[in-house]
Amino acid sequence: MLLIRCPYCEAERPEVEFTYAGEAHIARPADPSALSDDEWRDFLFIRTNPRGRHFERWRHMHGCGRFFNAVRDTVTDKFSMTYKAGAPRPSDEEIALASSATADSAASVKDARP
Amino acid sequence: MLLANHPLLGKTITGDTASKLTIRAAEDVARFSLRIDPVAVQAAGAAFGTPLPTRIGGVVEAGGRMALQLGPDEWVLTAPVAESDAIADAFAALGETHSLVDIGHREVGILVEGEAAALALRSAIAFDVEAMAVGTGCRTLFDKAQIVLIREDKNRFRIEVWRSFADHVWGILHAVSREIALGL
Repeated sequence: MLLIRCPYCEAERPEVEFTYAGEAHIARPADPSALSDDEWRDFLFIRTNPRGRHFERWRHMHGCGRFFNAVRDTVTDKFSMTYKAGAPRPSDEEIALASSATADSAASVKDARP
Repeated sequence: MLLANHPLLGKTITGDTASKLTIRAAEDVARFSLRIDPVAVQAAGAAFGTPLPTRIGGVVEAGGRMALQLGPDEWVLTAPVAESDAIADAFAALGETHSLVDIGHREVGILVEGEAAALALRSAIAFDVEAMAVGTGCRTLFDKAQIVLIREDKNRFRIEVWRSFADHVWGILHAVSREIALGL
């Protein structure tokens, strides 16, 4: 089971408490009626679907109830970092820093076990 | 609460000497769900009569009243049944925008006590129950049922579960307590 860090609860929680909510950072057009049909289709349905780093929304459904954003690798399923909804897309440096920090803490937890 | 319909009224799973585990239905309490801007938490605490926790998972308990923060703007409050109306009146007089909903009839409490309490809960809860700090609580899943779990003491947990799920949770706890008693 995946452990996901909720940025609101500030704790690692099991995956079953969360629900996936699609790709993050997709802003609803300010004036939908001004869009062409193709543009509206792109907003509704067309997603990046990358192989590798993916910015996505999750909801801590059976916890604090909040939506937040996560950076996950779609190949390894590894979460690099999570951050609060409304925060800007993190830069590469921030993601590298956060994932090295989690790797360090994971290693120390491993070391602490008898 | 409509005690005639209480699914677990008077039920107890008594642990034998080997199991070191006792599970029983908790006394009925008044429960409220409070949603309010965290900026106004002090005013809400004044209305409740006990300061509210300001950290998710935090529990504040005083004089029979308990407050647990579940989310950034969500708290669950419990108090003796007789104080229910007084609390509702106090919040009605509160000047801040908020929502206070009486959920006393929605949930039942289950107390899981004893040295094997964490072991019993671990059978159906996915996170590390042993590592949960004393005096904290959270909403989580017990098997497939959503519960609020509060660690009142090292060996005492309180489960708050919707009454329609209570039989399911109780059945699992019953099976687990048998397994622990038999040393499986």
